[in-house]
Amino acid sequence: MKMLVCVSKTPETTTKIQLNGDHSDLDYSGVNYIMNPYDEWYALVRALELKEAAGGSVTILNVGPADNDAVIRKGLAIGADDAIRVDATGGGSLFIAKQIAAQAKAGGYDIIWFGKETIDYNGSEVGAMVAELLDVAYVGEASHLEMNGTTATVTRDIEGGIEIVEVSTPFAISAAKGMAEQRIPNMRGIMMAKRKPLNVVAAEDAAATTSVKSYELPPAKTAVKLIDPENMEELVRLLHEEAKVI
Amino acid sequence: MVLVFAEATNGKFKKAAHEVVTYGAKTAAALGTECVALTLGDVTDAGDLGRFGASKVYNLSAPELATFDGSVYTAAIAGAARQLGAKVIILLHNSTGKNLVGRLAARLDAGSVPGANAIPSTDGGFSVRKSVFSGKAIADVSINTDYKVISLSGNSIPVEESGSAVSVESISVDLPAAKTKVLETKRAEGITPLPEAELVVSGGRGLKGPENWGVIQDLADALGATTACSRPVADVGWRPHHEHVGQTGVAIRPNLYIAAGISGAIQHLAGVNSSKTIVVINKDPEAPFFKAADYGVVADLFDVLPRLTEAIKAHKAG
Ligand SMILES: Cc1cc2nc3c(=O)[nH]c(=O)nc-3n(C[C@H](O)[C@H](O)[C@H](O)COP(=O)(O)OP(=O)(O)OC[C@H]3O[C@@H](n4cnc5c(N)ncnc54)[C@H](O)[C@@H]3O)c2cc1C
Ligand SMILES: Nc1ncnc2c1ncn2[C@@H]1O[C@H](COP(=O)(O)O)[C@@H](O)[C@H]1O
Repeated sequence: MKMLVCVSKTPETTTKIQLNGDHSDLDYSGVNYIMNPYDEWYALVRALELKEAAGGSVTILNVGPADNDAVIRKGLAIGADDAIRVDATGGGSLFIAKQIAAQAKAGGYDIIWFGKETIDYNGSEVGAMVAELLDVAYVGEASHLEMNGTTATVTRDIEGGIEIVEVSTPFAISAAKGMAEQRIPNMRGIMMAKRKPLNVVAAEDAAATTSVKSYELPPAKTAVKLIDPENMEELVRLLHEEAKVI
Repeated sequence: MVLVFAEATNGKFKKAAHEVVTYGAKTAAALGTECVALTLGDVTDAGDLGRFGASKVYNLSAPELATFDGSVYTAAIAGAARQLGAKVIILLHNSTGKNLVGRLAARLDAGSVPGANAIPSTDGGFSVRKSVFSGKAIADVSINTDYKVISLSGNSIPVEESGSAVSVESISVDLPAAKTKVLETKRAEGITPLPEAELVVSGGRGLKGPENWGVIQDLADALGATTACSRPVADVGWRPHHEHVGQTGVAIRPNLYIAAGISGAIQHLAGVNSSKTIVVINKDPEAPFFKAADYGVVADLFDVLPRLTEAIKAHKAG
């Protein structure tokens, strides 16, 4: 099984978000970055498990600038064989998807893995874009996968339940919680990662289809109204008359 | 023209479908054009979508549409858009939508905004707002292409009636063979799924164990609410994984979120801080959740929840 795992870099969850002077962008000073958790914990680990069970290879792919190499090396330390970075900055989802599709086409992978979404912009769209560009099957928000030869039985999360679907390679899939258990890289993995190939390739021409015009911070929350625990009738009254939610 | 894909579950429309048609009608009004709705497969009462502002409703029925397949549905929606001359395509940001937005954008070479939560602005271009960085900021995203694809977050705008039922026209589009085969669909019966729930009661580690969940369930039953939980609670198996809300779980935006025995860690807030009203019950006055709450009760949840349940019942009894 030849597999490609697409990973993105996102600000760490606890990052305080601040805007620049004219609100045209974020203030990136002091932001800590991590590998997108869905890519790292679920997509990458399940790909490695499949390789361990049945052989094959796991290649990491990131579309981004040289600063992203640290995140890519972490993926190699967790166990991927090699990595590709398409050298680009920004561009938006469809631009990124076109870069991934070009690499996927060249490499001829059986499974292309994604996270269910990036935790910064919550797009949940790049995987489906790549599948469409390659004209292959895509299963989004998958929480379980079993391979049987070239056929996979996949569970995907739907509103209030699950759907079980069958797909054949080649296919694209986005991983959600349940797909695998997070792996922490060990010392040996970290040492080996330094010697694994990380190939940097140039981006293909593609237009940016979207751009962020401006950012805003959400309105500050008004102070909490504390309610006397002995008086739950008062809370019900406020929910009914003031908040108008019941 | 604005084309709204209105998804039916088992042939029927839920409130979310009315929301997305309302949204489409308002978007069309802002652009000075009309809004049409597209339904796929066998649906009852499709013409009813006219009440929410669709000037026409089209139905595409084919055996291939009986179960969900991303490439078949994409061909259907993109094909209909091309045939009708619709340039703005709107769908819901639910599990179906998340499988389609990217495909539609790639197929139509369109800019897309997944998870929008406000009507697009049309002064000086076309831009749509969405919440980013776990609700810590709002981005106004410009779409720079001829075709535009938007998915609407559930419970973002109120349903509005602005018309009356219309007749349904059928439409036909060439469909490819499915690339996925659905073996089984399992849905919990009778309860509103979390992403669609307007009222949610949630419990955390403060509940101490699964045997204590009755206090959460009783309150949820009295309200007609759906139950949820924090991540550690799902991780240790006190509650099923689909109840886990937060950054790594389900993101929700109900009208009312009641959290009991949950500290309010940033990763938990990430999935719930778009709720319209938040009530926090925690015995620790320093719990960070109180900063994100509208109403707070500093007390032992085992005392407060049954009392709140009784007060809700009394309120409902009038
Ligand atoms: C990358 C990452 C992603 C994560 N994703 C999520 C996520 O999606 N969702 C999520 O929920 N968490 C997530 N977490 C975990 C999160 O950081 C917290 O650890 C978790 O939310 C804490 O759960 P809790 O509030 O139930 O438990 P605790 O933090 O242990 O809080 C229990 C609370 O109950 C109160 N309490 C105890 N007894 C009583 C009583 N009798 N009456 C009233 N109050 C009582 C306590 O005062 C305390 O505030 C994530 C963490 C990481 C690192
Ligand atoms: N710049 C990128 N490079 C490689 N993969 C990416 C990139 N951005 C997003 N992805 C992948 O696409 C998934 C969904 O991203 P998104 O559609 O932006 O939420 C992520 O979880 C990654 O697997």
